[in-house]
Amino acid sequence: MSTIVSSGLDIQKIRDMFPVLHQEVNGKPLIYFDNAATSQKPKSVIDALTGYYEGYNSNIHRGIHTLAEKATTAFEETRKRAQQFINSREAEEIIFTKGTTDSINLVASTFGRKFINEGDEIIITTMEHHSNIVPWQLLCEEKGAILKVIPINEAGEIIFEEYEKLLSEKTKLVSVVYASNSLGTVNPVEKIIAKAHEVGAKVLLDGAQAAAHIVLDVQKLNCDFLALSAHKAYGPTGTGILYGKREILEKIPPYQGGGEMIKDVSFNGTTYNDIPYKFEAGTPNIADVIAFKYAMDFIDELGKTNIAQHENDLLAYSTSQLQTVDGLKLVGTAQDKVSVSSFIVDGIHHFDLGMLLDAKGVAVRTGHHCTQPLMDNFCIEGTARASFAVYNTKAEIDVMVEGLHDIVKKYRK
Amino acid sequence: MSTIKEIQEEIIEDFSMLDGDMEMTINYLMELGETLPELPEDKRTEENIVKGCQSKVWLTAALENNGVKFEADSNTAITKGLVSLLVRVFSNQAPKDILDEEIFFPQQIGMNRFIGTQRSNGFAAMIKQMKLYALALSAQAVK
Repeated sequence: MSTIVSSGLDIQKIRDMFPVLHQEVNGKPLIYFDNAATSQKPKSVIDALTGYYEGYNSNIHRGIHTLAEKATTAFEETRKRAQQFINSREAEEIIFTKGTTDSINLVASTFGRKFINEGDEIIITTMEHHSNIVPWQLLCEEKGAILKVIPINEAGEIIFEEYEKLLSEKTKLVSVVYASNSLGTVNPVEKIIAKAHEVGAKVLLDGAQAAAHIVLDVQKLNCDFLALSAHKAYGPTGTGILYGKREILEKIPPYQGGGEMIKDVSFNGTTYNDIPYKFEAGTPNIADVIAFKYAMDFIDELGKTNIAQHENDLLAYSTSQLQTVDGLKLVGTAQDKVSVSSFIVDGIHHFDLGMLLDAKGVAVRTGHHCTQPLMDNFCIEGTARASFAVYNTKAEIDVMVEGLHDIVKKYRK
Repeated sequence: MSTIKEIQEEIIEDFSMLDGDMEMTINYLMELGETLPELPEDKRTEENIVKGCQSKVWLTAALENNGVKFEADSNTAITKGLVSLLVRVFSNQAPKDILDEEIFFPQQIGMNRFIGTQRSNGFAAMIKQMKLYALALSAQAVK
């Protein structure tokens, strides 16, 4: 049987690159639908990690010996690769962080502390992850600034006119999620950015969910900051990037103090290194950064457009199939979505649903997905969420949907 | 009346018949949960919620004939089944026994394998809460 799908990708061949997929859980073949939490890693990424530790583990930047040079080169290769991946003007605009949360906190602690003052306003959306809410709440508390929230409609899309009403000369920052982790909604970020710039506000994009699914072009988008995590895009955990425009990064103070971020240190004062090193204090997560390059290679070799086409097919299929389940309601029905199917079933709690699906070998996530205000907005406690990656298939969706039919028949009150 | 130790042994025996099958175990837990009477609305209060559980668990205790009467409920069916096991083990036992006796059945029925660490933590929180109730009621019991 051919395993080539409409986008031309050979899904079986892709699955073979992921060792973790070939196992049974609870006596059933594993179906991994928790990709929005973290995607699985191809062998090339895993090999890069072991290759580094087995072949050239060494601290980077200040070493003159051969291994240090090799590690530094590999580390900086990822920076150049990330520059291509998001199409930034320069590699120096790429800062390595622990991930999206760390990237957002970096902006709050540096840009926020320097440029946001009492009475200034920060705008976010109702569908933000806690990572893009709490850092701003902390900052607002410290500075006496005000957090404004763009409301959403029933489908889970922002109401653009309401956003326009919130914008004013007081707006200093608009920080929005590119694609929602709970709903899948893809926000009209180009329009959001253009509007924010009209009032002189800067824009941060939370690209955590977008990175693996949408072509990122920071120059075309004209965003001021972009945050993303490697592990949601087939890369290792514990690393991610913050992109910032050079002219802004140069104006903002360092994030943490320590090694590598300095030019000269004396007890009378310290001068700081140039970007991006000014923001990278301490020994970074060398191995994971190096391996991240291979994740970006994996994505670009398949082609994001091809990946998106396959995932959109999966999303359309799951959307129609899930609706055949008695009592099931989809949460998040935006026109433009990444491959996330969030749902609740009347009469069965989402935790029970998740456990029962797990017993059938299907891994989904249940709960509020770190978006409690969004759940409150829909008046629900949480959802079950199936999120698809390039290695998933329609046959796997069939197993999940059959499982749900069975669960509903047996347990729905 | 059976002792805490004897009831735990009965539970281990019951679960051994499921042969480690996850679906059957969940099914059994959900059935057990259904046998637990629903807690009246006025007892489903914020202060009766057991802290540390992912799903909501309400737990109350009162002294009756020198034994502790536990009532519990949960908003999720599997958790309700789990809590029903603890109610079965501890209900009507003397506060001192609840405090002294060792709880060994969760490991023996492979609770970790079936429920995972997140729920096991919640399970530990439930046991702790039941022991705290027993401690509070022990002063009343001896009088």
